[in-house]
Amino acid sequence: MTTIAELPPGFADKVLSAQSTFRSVMDAMARPGSVQPIVPMAGAPDTMMRGTAAIALTLFDHDTPLWLDARMADSSDVLKWLKFHTGAPVIQDSSIAAFALISDGVLLPALERFALGTNEYPDRSTTVIIQVDSLGTGRSFELRGPGIDGVATLQASIRPFDLFERLRVNETLFPRGIDVVLVADDAVVAIPRTTRVVSKGV
Amino acid sequence: MNAPAYNFAYLDEQTKRMIRRAILKAIAIPGYQVPFASREMPMPYGWGTGGVQVTAAILGPQDVLKVIDQGSDDTTNAISIRKFFAKTAGVATTTSTDEATVIQTRHRIPETSLHANQVLVYQVPIPEPLRFLEPRETETRRMHALAEYGLMHVKLYEDIARFGHIATAYAYPVKVNARYVMDPSPTPKFDNPKMDNCPALQLFGAGREKRIYAIPPYTQVVSLDFEDHPFEPYRFNAPCALCGAENSYLDEIVTDDKGSRMFVCSDTDYCEGRQAAGHHGAQSAAPYKDKAQEASNG
Amino acid sequence: MYVAVKGGERAIENAHRLLANARRGDQTVAEVSLDQISEQLGLAVDRVMSEGSLYDRELASLAIKQARGDLIEAIFLARAFRATMPRFGTSEPVNTGAMRVQRRVSATFKDIPGGQILGPTFDYTHRLLDPSLAEGFVPETPASAEASTAATPRVTDILGRDGLIETSPQAEDGASVGDLTREPLNFPADRDLRLQNLARADEGFLLAMGYSTQRGYGRNHPFVGEIRFGEVEVEFAAEDVGFAVPLGSIELTECQMVNQFKGSTTEAPCFTRGYGLAFGQSERKTMSMALVDRALRARELGEEALAPAQDEEFILSHSDNVQATGFVEHLKLPHYVDFQSELGLLRKLRKEFAETSAGANAPDAMKEAAE
Repeated sequence: MTTIAELPPGFADKVLSAQSTFRSVMDAMARPGSVQPIVPMAGAPDTMMRGTAAIALTLFDHDTPLWLDARMADSSDVLKWLKFHTGAPVIQDSSIAAFALISDGVLLPALERFALGTNEYPDRSTTVIIQVDSLGTGRSFELRGPGIDGVATLQASIRPFDLFERLRVNETLFPRGIDVVLVADDAVVAIPRTTRVVSKGV
Repeated sequence: MNAPAYNFAYLDEQTKRMIRRAILKAIAIPGYQVPFASREMPMPYGWGTGGVQVTAAILGPQDVLKVIDQGSDDTTNAISIRKFFAKTAGVATTTSTDEATVIQTRHRIPETSLHANQVLVYQVPIPEPLRFLEPRETETRRMHALAEYGLMHVKLYEDIARFGHIATAYAYPVKVNARYVMDPSPTPKFDNPKMDNCPALQLFGAGREKRIYAIPPYTQVVSLDFEDHPFEPYRFNAPCALCGAENSYLDEIVTDDKGSRMFVCSDTDYCEGRQAAGHHGAQSAAPYKDKAQEASNG
Repeated sequence: MYVAVKGGERAIENAHRLLANARRGDQTVAEVSLDQISEQLGLAVDRVMSEGSLYDRELASLAIKQARGDLIEAIFLARAFRATMPRFGTSEPVNTGAMRVQRRVSATFKDIPGGQILGPTFDYTHRLLDPSLAEGFVPETPASAEASTAATPRVTDILGRDGLIETSPQAEDGASVGDLTREPLNFPADRDLRLQNLARADEGFLLAMGYSTQRGYGRNHPFVGEIRFGEVEVEFAAEDVGFAVPLGSIELTECQMVNQFKGSTTEAPCFTRGYGLAFGQSERKTMSMALVDRALRARELGEEALAPAQDEEFILSHSDNVQATGFVEHLKLPHYVDFQSELGLLRKLRKEFAETSAGANAPDAMKEAAE
């Protein structure tokens, strides 16, 4: 049983750490495929990477229903930490989640089970945050779309292996869709719904 | 009495989170107007509250802020907003386009090309490009949902029928990433081409209308037009009277009550930079005279 | 040699110093105190609290003083301050039925349980300027009597007991209350958000819109069921405490309008409601609000919605005087960049017009158009 005092701490400087983390996420979203560093300034509970924890502290609050994969949902440390530091309500119904936290990509449910937004309000969609093994080494992916000057190349070790194939659903859904944020420790990459990805193989 | 105590960059953290989430969605759906719970700011609606909230949500201590209104750093509203952030966030400010990391603007895009480490924040009065054709939000939202932009083309075409040209000189509608028709804010149409494939991130904040939208870097932005009536940026055909620039947007300055005019760069940083680099306008010593008058004076 | 205008910063500082002096006026005249504003301009304070959404007489008085008596400017000051306040939660619904009434009138019944109470009102004053008020006026001691212990049930509750008026919709327990200062307003809006919008709305705007319904633009046959003004308790149920904690009492004016009946083959006909509520004593505001609230219910009640007052998007989008004044007044900010672009286009169009216009009359026609 962890007490609040034993929980990993939140940001030492709430205001400036949130600002710096947000800028990294914003730059990641604005420049899909680019690897943005998050300066880790907070603790993180079990199963949660430092980057994920920083993003949670920066973007989650009472107004953001949160869906967790089975591994995170089973961790009372994660639940307590999220409740204490963010207040975000953890929900069972992924289709109304503002954010989803995926500790391990193999636990990612079908994307259609998240909120995809409506054509009138495409912003009412789930932003899916997936922890991955590496952003920097691994398979190469070629990315095109807004935010990218021509083609961007991302090297990453990602599960599920077919993530980008699954994300092709964004092509037909647009302007509805799913925006994905990949986290590997303290590095972050965003794949917004406008990004088109082709695998380049190894 | 309840004495006020204000947070870094004025906004409280909960408000910043809400705005930050809206900004991320705006970037992910280029040109789509994300509703956000705009706060009541200590400056009037219509005077840049949207831009100020966006800037406050992104600004950090390492940023260098530039604020312009009508292209100039020294217009009163630009000064007022710059002072607000210098006071509430203690950030460094600059008038140099090149040095700035965040530029908040009303009505202009700087002449100096923006680079990848910059964010341009626009103040937007009416974010809905279809508003003057259809006042109802419920209707315009449906039109955007269906990408049903016929009404806009009809309006532009009616202009051509009546005037021989598209009679929109500013806030000239654009299509972003081949999907959303977007209002570029009331910039002169001269500035529209700068939005296309721009290396900097462009964020738009409309406080009173409670909308945030964005153009990610390197995104296609096309001014609406017709094949037989292509989009034409307007610029008064003269060099800047102070720096001689041939390609900058010009302010018209009335110098007396006899029809004398001079034309100078609206972007004061650009103009001063050119003058410092040794460029001089032919008319910097004497006001530019109307061509017709010049001719009649012989 | 032309030099671009500089020195805006000093100009702003000087202008603000001038403002401070103009605000103070002739310094040989005594300065007005916040107490004086609060006590002697109480209805102005009430309006600033209502439309500023901030129940604080002292801050409202300060805002009025700072704004030189410009109430919309004062409302703006109150709102901007309010926006920075932390939010702890939502109070329990206030019980206006248990109001300690200072004034209470009904137009629907000659007498009502608890009685009609005129209270402090301009009604039946003859609007003759009173020179004795100019200085040194000491009012007569008001008449007093033992406080009545009789209950003052709401007239609409009396009607409701016989089913003569629609039941007031009850929120589900624990249902969240909308807040348009925290969530952007979307259309169609729920009634809680509509009422919030109207409570913050400009009194003049509501008055004109309410008036228009009386003149046939969305007529709905209103009767003043009751207007009551007095004190109510505000309670707050803190999550950890487990029961409602009293925060204090506030003065409110409530207007319940009894309107045109509805009914169908499945439902017995009954009167419908329009509701108005404001801080302090604000009868004109609450009556106008009740008229507009009822008008905005047109669609819900199956009526044709053709009049401006029945148009939800029109009313809710234009009712806020802080928004309206900001945008109207922003027109005085420089627009010369856009104007230059328009000027360029207009010159071009005029040149083309002159070139293509055949005949000697064309230049005259153009000259006329220019004048």
